[in-house]
Amino acid sequence: MSSVSESLKSPVLFERPQALADVLTNYCPGCSHGIIQRLVAEAIDDLEIEGRTVGVCPVGCSVTAYDFYNCDMAQAAHGRAPAVATGMKRAHPENIIFTYQGDGDLASIGMAETVHAATRGENITVFFVNNAIYGMTGGQMAPTSIPGQVTQTSPYGRDVTTAGYPIRVCELLSTLDGTALAQRVTVDCPKNVRIAKKAIKKAFEYQIERRGFSIIEIVATCPTNWGLSPDAAFKWLDENLLPYYPLGVHCDRPAEAAAAAEQGDKDPAKPPVLVDQVAVRTPQQARTDA
Amino acid sequence: MAEKVLMKGNEALAEAAVRAGCKLFFGYPITPQTEVAAYMSKRLPKVEGGVYLQAESEVAAINMVYGASASGARVMTSSSSPGVSLKQEGISYLIGSDLPALIVNIQRGGPGLGGIQPSQADYWQATRAVGHGDGHIIVLAPSTVQEMADLVALAFELGDKYRMPAMILADGLLGQMMEPVVLPDVLDSAALPDKPWALTGHQGQRRHQTINSLHLDAQELENSIIRRFERYETVRLVEQRAECYLTDDADVVVVAYGAASRVVRSAVNHARDEGLKVGLIRPITLWPFPTQAIDLQIEKSQAFLAVEFSMGQMVDDVRLVVNGRRPVSFFAHTGGIVPTPEEVVVAIRRVIAGEQIDIVPFKSKLTGDRA
Amino acid sequence: MAQVTVDSFYCKGCGLCVAFCPKNIMALNLAEISQKGYHPAVCTKQEICNGCLSCALMCPDSAIKIER
Repeated sequence: MSSVSESLKSPVLFERPQALADVLTNYCPGCSHGIIQRLVAEAIDDLEIEGRTVGVCPVGCSVTAYDFYNCDMAQAAHGRAPAVATGMKRAHPENIIFTYQGDGDLASIGMAETVHAATRGENITVFFVNNAIYGMTGGQMAPTSIPGQVTQTSPYGRDVTTAGYPIRVCELLSTLDGTALAQRVTVDCPKNVRIAKKAIKKAFEYQIERRGFSIIEIVATCPTNWGLSPDAAFKWLDENLLPYYPLGVHCDRPAEAAAAAEQGDKDPAKPPVLVDQVAVRTPQQARTDA
Repeated sequence: MAEKVLMKGNEALAEAAVRAGCKLFFGYPITPQTEVAAYMSKRLPKVEGGVYLQAESEVAAINMVYGASASGARVMTSSSSPGVSLKQEGISYLIGSDLPALIVNIQRGGPGLGGIQPSQADYWQATRAVGHGDGHIIVLAPSTVQEMADLVALAFELGDKYRMPAMILADGLLGQMMEPVVLPDVLDSAALPDKPWALTGHQGQRRHQTINSLHLDAQELENSIIRRFERYETVRLVEQRAECYLTDDADVVVVAYGAASRVVRSAVNHARDEGLKVGLIRPITLWPFPTQAIDLQIEKSQAFLAVEFSMGQMVDDVRLVVNGRRPVSFFAHTGGIVPTPEEVVVAIRRVIAGEQIDIVPFKSKLTGDRA
Repeated sequence: MAQVTVDSFYCKGCGLCVAFCPKNIMALNLAEISQKGYHPAVCTKQEICNGCLSCALMCPDSAIKIER
């Protein structure tokens, strides 16, 4: 039902997506979460998958997002959403499973679950909201807080000599063969919102096509804990976060493989192997094969 | 009737789980439970819809269990003491979300890395303090390889019935030993209970559902805990299980569970040969603790003796039931040392002679007792 | 011309639609206070709205409906 794709036919140019429940979110005014959450709902509408979609929202500002969607939803422990999603996907492979995680959740306490879900090529979709701060707990330093960034727990600015450097999640996960798609987007202006929407939809499509692990990182704002107006927060994001977190597709193995095949490449970069394509080999068989 | 096969406890348990309709296993290697995972890795890929997944950690494994359980599947994980400690947060979330699942703890000694020998040091963790907050799980204690198999189906059944996690609390002795076992029949998948609450996707057929343990409104949280405790009360009333062995005329009753009860059974037999009137009450459900069986015994017996492979944990539950009406003595080894039947017979003799003993393996400054 | 409708149940008065409207025709209605205590946004000149969707795309609360 949503908006942009049907804009040419319908008198309705834009409206609230169906997959969003008719409730007021408890995000602060101007919080990027609301935009991103809407884009996820729009993608669910466009692909008509609401009835078989289950979302996982772990601890963080999005912890109550189980009330905001019309699809089935589960809460997860802090950082464990990819593990919970794994259990769901393995129990019902035909369902579409997404997680919606913040930076502390995904890149700090849940880094092991994130990396291993990716390297397994777990056929799930991860939406990673990177606003460089812990929002729910009131603005502490996150694994993605940039050098020099002042937070409640880095009051003199993030000192990389003691607190280390921020983690670029998409780049890190791109090194893993199980990652099908790792793309970083932002929602700082209408044009980028449209790009983000396309990326989110593509990530769902990859799951439907059983491509493996997809992650869309959305560089976002936290006006309240940054101490800025929603509008000024986007300007701060543009000037400070985007130089550190370059936007774009960091890894798209299916597309790389398709492009290589088109050019007649004999040895294209391999897409993640689908589970049902794996030939089972014992060490003995492998030796015989060789 | 199926034929008897010779199997390790861990493997009998794993096979029984498959036969009870458990198609998903998420685990992480740890001694002395590893055979459970190894067996599942071989068995489940051959089962339609079967999934064996070696998780990146115990923490991830229990959260995979959470996801699969939330989706309505019969699912299990297994570990040993330090690994179960890592799973505790996840178990707490299962409790708070009213999700069933089987958690197997093949106990080893602790604290910390402890040892890999048989131990019963996790009794309090399993029955009192699994995760945080007001909550319980069902805890079943097998004492033979046959029970390692038989209690699995019961754990799944009770878990599904009361929407609670269930634990099989065994130890390295039971997990590693081989005994003849008659494996349970394969459960007809049509016999699995419906789970209308499961997150299967609404498929356009119903309103959306959530699985959640978060209640930001304090009154709502209290209400949810009270509803859960109303269920616990039912479990306490109707699901207690214990074996009473030679208790009818027993002047002294020994209370012991799991592997410790095997030593005690031998000791009771030896003591009976000496003409001592002694019996055994063996709790099979540790939570709910079999208070009814012990309560009924108080009229018949003069004293109780608890025997454990720990510094004294279950003995507290015995004392709570007895409530001062009879003396409760205690005998133990810990750290992986399995007491001999002869040691237990010595303790039984002293209790029958009217002593109240508290024998742990060190010289107590308070009582002077020592092993 | 397009019709912009702001649902004051959802609007939290964050002002992003105001900031991103290229025609500068969105404003917070200081005369109104919503049930949640916000000044909801309003389109002040429907006749010059070209339906670019900027306000709706940037709205974090999906409060804006746009019709031809």
